[in-house]
Amino acid sequence: MAQVQRIAIMGDEAVALAVKQAKVDLVAAYPITPQTIIVERLSEYVADGELDAAFIQAESEHSALSICVGAALAGARVFTSTCSQGLALMHEIVYAASSMRIPMVMTIVNRSLNAPLNIHCEHGDVMPERDSGWVHLFAANVQEAYDLTFIAFKLSEREDVMLPVSVNLDAFILSHSIESLIPISDEDAARFLPPREYKLALDFDNPITHGTMALPDTYMEFKMQLKEAVERAKSVYPEIVEEYARISGRKYWYFNSYMADDADAVVMVLGSTYGTLKTAARELREKGLKVGVIGLTMFRPFPEEQLVDALKGVRAVVVMDRAYGYGGLGGQLYTDVVGALYRNGIRIPAKNVVFGLGGRDFKLDEAEAILKMAAKGARDGGFDTHVQWWGVRA
Amino acid sequence: MSARKLVDDVLKGRFTYKTLPIAAAIPNPPTSLENKTGMWRVQEPVIDQSKCIKCLLCWTYCPDASIKRRDDDGVEVDYDYCKGCGICMTVCPVKAISMREV
Repeated sequence: MAQVQRIAIMGDEAVALAVKQAKVDLVAAYPITPQTIIVERLSEYVADGELDAAFIQAESEHSALSICVGAALAGARVFTSTCSQGLALMHEIVYAASSMRIPMVMTIVNRSLNAPLNIHCEHGDVMPERDSGWVHLFAANVQEAYDLTFIAFKLSEREDVMLPVSVNLDAFILSHSIESLIPISDEDAARFLPPREYKLALDFDNPITHGTMALPDTYMEFKMQLKEAVERAKSVYPEIVEEYARISGRKYWYFNSYMADDADAVVMVLGSTYGTLKTAARELREKGLKVGVIGLTMFRPFPEEQLVDALKGVRAVVVMDRAYGYGGLGGQLYTDVVGALYRNGIRIPAKNVVFGLGGRDFKLDEAEAILKMAAKGARDGGFDTHVQWWGVRA
Repeated sequence: MSARKLVDDVLKGRFTYKTLPIAAAIPNPPTSLENKTGMWRVQEPVIDQSKCIKCLLCWTYCPDASIKRRDDDGVEVDYDYCKGCGICMTVCPVKAISMREV
């Protein structure tokens, strides 16, 4: 582990730095809103000769992702980034990329979808891609957004995985905020991510056809391959985070967990809200309230067994969603958690809190109130309702 | 695996999701030659060679490259792959091509 300095850096720039250190061969992106500074920095790295890569300015996000697919098939290490409407426009190729087993990394700076026009922090943009066969990782802070970028490339390019991976970070809260970061050295980055090898790469001498048709007699079998690859991403993940821990000193897991081990009540969430809840939980613990927090790092594949294990002994959970499944049972994380609890025979009260849509602030006193609500649910053996839209002026 | 065997195995249902090539990529081309799409057609073109003026419009327009061009620029139908779309009949300027039921 080489000695490196702690720096102050904006979330977007931390991701761009990681992508530069990952020595990508190609970045393709559409530059207009809702694009972020991530690709702007990368274009500067390329222009300044700090990154030996092709930077392709596409005419739309749909094209940007398509270019990435093509370049990855040629054997390149590729990266793109988008959010909100841009991701929605990519939707078609998102599914093509996973089913064609394209190793690549995309940073999604989570922002709300139109309408009303907003583009502030929300997870509503990635949720339509939830079932696409991508691996979806979520960062709780800027350091994680940086570290997970390396982990994402490693996971994506493994021969037994070969899947696109998204790294999600909360818009503005992380993307445009300056936090402290301890980068890894360029040497460690190069050791962790050696030049890419891809056995399905296009090759004039050994022709191969990609993007073929599969009729009803074989389509399900190819989708079964995808299903198993996504599940393998979950089983090889510990190996990768262990290797990353050896060079960085930072150990990742399927989720962050704060005092959940002996907690009566746990609040679960995706993204940066983990930090807010953690601070509130520390204060409540000092007052004797046995509450804990779990923030998922890996959302897809869903770490069911690991979460169920972590929730043993917990008497109530509140699951927070910064997105909503309209007309369904609640937010996306909530329905996953409830399903996992049910099919593992754990019958504890679980409530969904939908919060922060369109970038509405979620503050420390609110985190405290939700932790107290969870603790009350554990005490009472139930909650007043299944789903609560937090802070809506009604 | 040869292209022939891959196509044979798929057509005869001798595969599992583990034996199929990954991601529906085809690492052993040209499987398309092994897939005799001529069996799809319900009509087929017949060329009246006495009317043909060797203009090669049918050869140019055929979307499946199923009009074979001879050395003398005469044409014949490749019935292994012709799907019977009838475009050749439509573009023929001297009505040398007609369609018959199969």
